[in-house]
Amino acid sequence: MAGGFSRSNIGGLLAKQGILIAFVIFMIGFTIANERFLAPENVMGVVRSSAILGVMALGVTFVVISGNLDLSVGSMMSFSTIVVLDLHDKIGPALAIPAMFAMTLCLGAFIGFLVGYLKLNSLIVTLGMLSAIHGLTLTYSGGKNMDIADKDGTWFAVFGQSSALGIPVPILIFGLLAAVLGMVLAKTPFGRKVYAVGGNGVAATFSGIRRARVVFTCYLLSAFCVATAGLIQASRSLGSQNTVGQGLELEVLAAVILGGASLLGGSGTIFKTIVGVLILGFIQNGLLLVGLQFYAQYVVTWVIIILAVWLDIAAKRGRLLSPIA
Amino acid sequence: MNNESRTRLIKKGAIWGFILFELVFFSVAGSYLSLSESAFMDLDNMLLLLKQSAPIGIIALGMTIIMINGNIDLSVGATYALAAIVMLDSMTWPVFAGFGDWVIPVSWILALMTGVALGAVNGLIVWKTGVDAFIVTLGAMLGYRGLVFMYNGEEPTSHLNWTLVDFAEAQFLGLHTATWFLLAVVGGLWFLMNRTVHGRNAYAIGDNREAAVNAGIRVGPHMMINFMLIGFLAALSAVVFYSESGSVNPNDGELFELWAITAVVLGGTKLTGGAGSIVSTLGGVIAIQLLRKGLGYIGAGTETVNLVIGLILIAVLFLDRQLNIKAKGELKV
Repeated sequence: MAGGFSRSNIGGLLAKQGILIAFVIFMIGFTIANERFLAPENVMGVVRSSAILGVMALGVTFVVISGNLDLSVGSMMSFSTIVVLDLHDKIGPALAIPAMFAMTLCLGAFIGFLVGYLKLNSLIVTLGMLSAIHGLTLTYSGGKNMDIADKDGTWFAVFGQSSALGIPVPILIFGLLAAVLGMVLAKTPFGRKVYAVGGNGVAATFSGIRRARVVFTCYLLSAFCVATAGLIQASRSLGSQNTVGQGLELEVLAAVILGGASLLGGSGTIFKTIVGVLILGFIQNGLLLVGLQFYAQYVVTWVIIILAVWLDIAAKRGRLLSPIA
Repeated sequence: MNNESRTRLIKKGAIWGFILFELVFFSVAGSYLSLSESAFMDLDNMLLLLKQSAPIGIIALGMTIIMINGNIDLSVGATYALAAIVMLDSMTWPVFAGFGDWVIPVSWILALMTGVALGAVNGLIVWKTGVDAFIVTLGAMLGYRGLVFMYNGEEPTSHLNWTLVDFAEAQFLGLHTATWFLLAVVGGLWFLMNRTVHGRNAYAIGDNREAAVNAGIRVGPHMMINFMLIGFLAALSAVVFYSESGSVNPNDGELFELWAITAVVLGGTKLTGGAGSIVSTLGGVIAIQLLRKGLGYIGAGTETVNLVIGLILIAVLFLDRQLNIKAKGELKV
């Protein structure tokens, strides 16, 4: 029954690199449909608007590879954004930013403690934290929108609005963070431990890896990325609602899955996640350029996610349809 | 009584004990703070509470079956919104212009069929592709929400039919229409899960899928039926709620999946499948609604509800695990 897919033939290649191939086809199609699609300013615009999602996806990649989920990143991002905007006017931006990072990291540490050391189910823990952090944000802000008083006289806008060397700062931050975290995941002992814990937790424990500590660190990294995303978001808009990050957790997860990380853990890379983020960004943009409704992207994303994961599974089991009766 | 069955009894009774605790706590705290003239345990207040539990409750009951089956459904909120739009919009379609009030059952059936169809799509994909239900329904959550927005843009869809509103606001034997629907769903699903082959197989599949396959149970069709069932229930929830309100925003139903899962977990259903109870989920739903009302009653403000429920969910998970460890440990000795 192994027909159709094996690593040596075209089917295997298609299944293995299916996402990348689909992405290229999409890009060619959109370019033919609208010549502005690949214009530098459009490409730059897409990458720039994907940066916030991308930064969050970097952290979630670690969590997913370690075999866990993080559904709390959306409401945590709202929290960081609101906190840094509020503290900006109270203690000044130079102190507000480290204070916000510290508070967000505390939340990440709490989740890491629950999932890592207490070994609680990460889906339910982060689901609970999604709700709890949203409540925390509302309590903090009293439910009101947060705005910076003096929007023209602050250097705080530099993270979201300015450019360096002709490249927007959000892209620079995204690129830098991706490079560093990519190195950490691929080249350091810690990175190998993350794969080991997610691939086979029991085996990892028996080979002397402290699972709890690795999982804890993954959630800390995720919180750090969320805080960075919150900083970009706050700096870009200089004012925010309490629900700015709502729903982002699922888009982030979609990007990570689209990149080919398995929800069971043990597989995925930073590079693939970036591809996933960019696919989402370019499809959204491309559909708009060819004149489709904004919301059509949701439907397309749905189809793409399922096709991507299906192809991946089909390649592994060697047949297209599930053997389940 | 041995330790294992005692542990099971504690777990089964826990949610009702928690509800009792909430009732006493909010009554005492409320009268101590004397913020409100009326008592918390006022009969009208409790009847209203049941009515308000209905929309999430009906969905949570469906989620119980899905989770007993070892799956999860994140797309219920979007299904809910799409069914609501179909119901309200179809009442204004020119095809049905001559129907008078007979348009009501027609639009209900259309809405319910929408729900079943969306559920069937999820179920079929889970069955045939073997992709995890979490991913399938995560995608569907985006996709179905996209359909909602494509239907009518960001505009609300509204249609008030006064016959329908009268029906939805009616009280029979003191209980509201929505409450009757909730109770009927509890009864129906209890029967399904405890007295039919399908229910027994659903437990078996959730408990050990491989063993179920080896025992000759056709896993795929059972999962698909359950997804169609939760689609139907999400649509029914929309039918019950929007018959009264008459207007649906494209964002309606967002985060419903999270509330439903919270209620199911509070009720003690296992995430890994194979265990859970319909009646306990009803307890979970009531506990959440009591908490919302109670916190408002003692003047804590709506923003604390999210905080408290999130922390309670984590605490329940922790306690559940401690109980399980204890039971297992004593079994070994």
